[in-house]
Amino acid sequence: MPEATARTRPAPARDGTSLEPWEDPDAEPYVRIEGVTKRFGGFAAVDGVDLAIYRSELFALLGASGCGKTTLLRMLAGFEQPSEGRILLDGQDMTELPPHARPVNMMFQSYALFPHMTVAQNVAYGLKQDGVARREIRRRVDAMLELVQLGAWARRKPHQLSGGQRQRVALARALVKRPKLLLLDEPLAALDKKLREQTQFELMNIQDEVGVTFVVVTHDQEEAMTLSTRMAVMDQGRVMQVGTPTRIYEFPANSFTADFIGSINMVRARVLRIEGDTAILETPELTCELAAAHQGADLREGQEVRAAVRPEKITAHRDDTGGAAAPARNTLRGRVRDVGYLGDSSVYRVDVGGERLIEVTQPNVLRSLAREIDWDDPVVLAWAPQAALVLPQ
Amino acid sequence: MSTRAPAVPARPAWVMARLRRLVPTGRGLAIAAPYAWLVLFFLVPFVVVLKISLSQMVIAQPPYTSLFVWEDGLLPAVRPYFGNYGWLFQDPLYWIAYLSSVKIALLSTLGCLLIGYPMAYAIARARPTARALLLLLVVLPFWTSFLLRVYAWIGILKNKGLLNAALLATGIIDQPLNILHSNAAVYIGIVYSYLPFMILPLYATLEKLNPELLEAATDLGARPWKAFVTVTLPLSLPGILAGSLLVFIPAVGEFVIPALLGGPETLMIGHVLWDEFFSNRDWPVAATVAIVLIVVLVAPIVLFQRQQLRASEAMT
Repeated sequence: MPEATARTRPAPARDGTSLEPWEDPDAEPYVRIEGVTKRFGGFAAVDGVDLAIYRSELFALLGASGCGKTTLLRMLAGFEQPSEGRILLDGQDMTELPPHARPVNMMFQSYALFPHMTVAQNVAYGLKQDGVARREIRRRVDAMLELVQLGAWARRKPHQLSGGQRQRVALARALVKRPKLLLLDEPLAALDKKLREQTQFELMNIQDEVGVTFVVVTHDQEEAMTLSTRMAVMDQGRVMQVGTPTRIYEFPANSFTADFIGSINMVRARVLRIEGDTAILETPELTCELAAAHQGADLREGQEVRAAVRPEKITAHRDDTGGAAAPARNTLRGRVRDVGYLGDSSVYRVDVGGERLIEVTQPNVLRSLAREIDWDDPVVLAWAPQAALVLPQ
Repeated sequence: MSTRAPAVPARPAWVMARLRRLVPTGRGLAIAAPYAWLVLFFLVPFVVVLKISLSQMVIAQPPYTSLFVWEDGLLPAVRPYFGNYGWLFQDPLYWIAYLSSVKIALLSTLGCLLIGYPMAYAIARARPTARALLLLLVVLPFWTSFLLRVYAWIGILKNKGLLNAALLATGIIDQPLNILHSNAAVYIGIVYSYLPFMILPLYATLEKLNPELLEAATDLGARPWKAFVTVTLPLSLPGILAGSLLVFIPAVGEFVIPALLGGPETLMIGHVLWDEFFSNRDWPVAATVAIVLIVVLVAPIVLFQRQQLRASEAMT
């Protein structure tokens, strides 16, 4: 789009000099969702959600099916009215506006392309409704089809296109009106895996180019992690945590988020004492004492918590020497019960004598046909206190 | 390849394939059944009627001359008589009757469409549990004889009928309306009788319509009525067409409704045909009227419908 000013994604604030908008207390949110609740009968599909989304963000709503993410998206589009709360866009209260009057466009999961119109007519539809001059429509439709690389397909009907092409027509149709906010409902769900990965990056590039604020609904955490600047993890109509993908993965705020995103080994534990920035914990499920960086969390001695560590943050090596079951803090001796070879890495499930198996992921650094660690091998597992998490009960 | 296939004589397999082709398969029979039905109950009667239309009236049993005349040779001589067709062009009565039938059928079809579309739309948008009940209500009149239902309209529309009684009682009118035995009564009768044939195909297309398409239209800035005109209406065209044909074709040749509800000014080709056949006992002219009706009206409609069907198949 020639109108859009060239924009580059701001560099992450590594040195602390440039703040991301959500880190800046003075930044004004572009979209405000304030105390929004949606009830269907007695059931609250969305329950008291507060969110602030900033200009040019690619914000993901992530959750399992039925968590209320799609209902929230439909309220942003205007297809549903909130039972309580309000939605503001660029300072304007949108809560009462019907869908056709909102400066918001949506890309549907089914794409919802008009089957009786050509690709160009589909893209032009929104501009026609606004009474844009014919010549201007033509110019903008051509530019938009160029952007999604469908210039040669303008006169085709949707049923003559492949799934990936339809997805791009839907994107072009939703973007051509230059909405203040673009809503995407599971944008990549209908594509196969290879195409999905490729399209993910295309979508990010297009968003960078047009600078429109995107809100993406997805159940696919990989999709949310790759695409989004920030994401909200939802469960049963509530927002469990909002943050950058890195923050949500590495510093989950609660056990739901920790468990929902990626794999994690989680055990019940009790705080023994605090040693500086490390909490010392004991757990009935494991034989060793645990040490975990508490990150300033407010912990008391004797408090019941959950301790967790992600599989890839545990190192495993073969150890035939034998010895104590728990040689040291954050160290466990056990036997491999399961090996899963994934190509780039291998997953081991290790029996350490507790109730559950501990999952460990190791990258396959060297090319080899022989397994370094195999079924029934004795192994020693260890992890750093900075790798472990302490989560409130 | 070093290994050779054992030398098997190819002929028996070839012969078997030939024989198998002669035995009808289940698939072939299933396809043949409707064609056999059409040949037996459409094509054969049509040919018989066509044959009669090419003969002359006589006072005899049957009341028309034979098309084939046996003379000296082995084969019969064909003596077609085209005078009936000429007669149809000479007497303006027939042309007026054809045009009047088409006009009445077109307006009735339009009436069915205007009443049936909102009904079909409402049923398609109703809750799934309510839908079955509403559809049942649409087809419920078929449980009563068609003739009885048309007779019932006489009771409703006559000067001292239900409608006039109700209108007089409420004071809307002070003189009874003369509806019965007029074209208005014919329109009412046809629209009432054929409405289900309009609603059912319309419902079938509207029910299949993805509601997300309408949401997409409003999301792109179309007001609800604009979304209806630009999305729902064009996508329901196949249903509109199917319903209109189901109403229009039988309405053109309708005989019972104009005979019972119509008046002296009502001129429909079905009635003309009946008169030729039973009053004049002129079978050849009656047959000619029927053949011309088919050629002039039904043939182009069938061709049009097939072309539309192909277009809609390509679209979805």
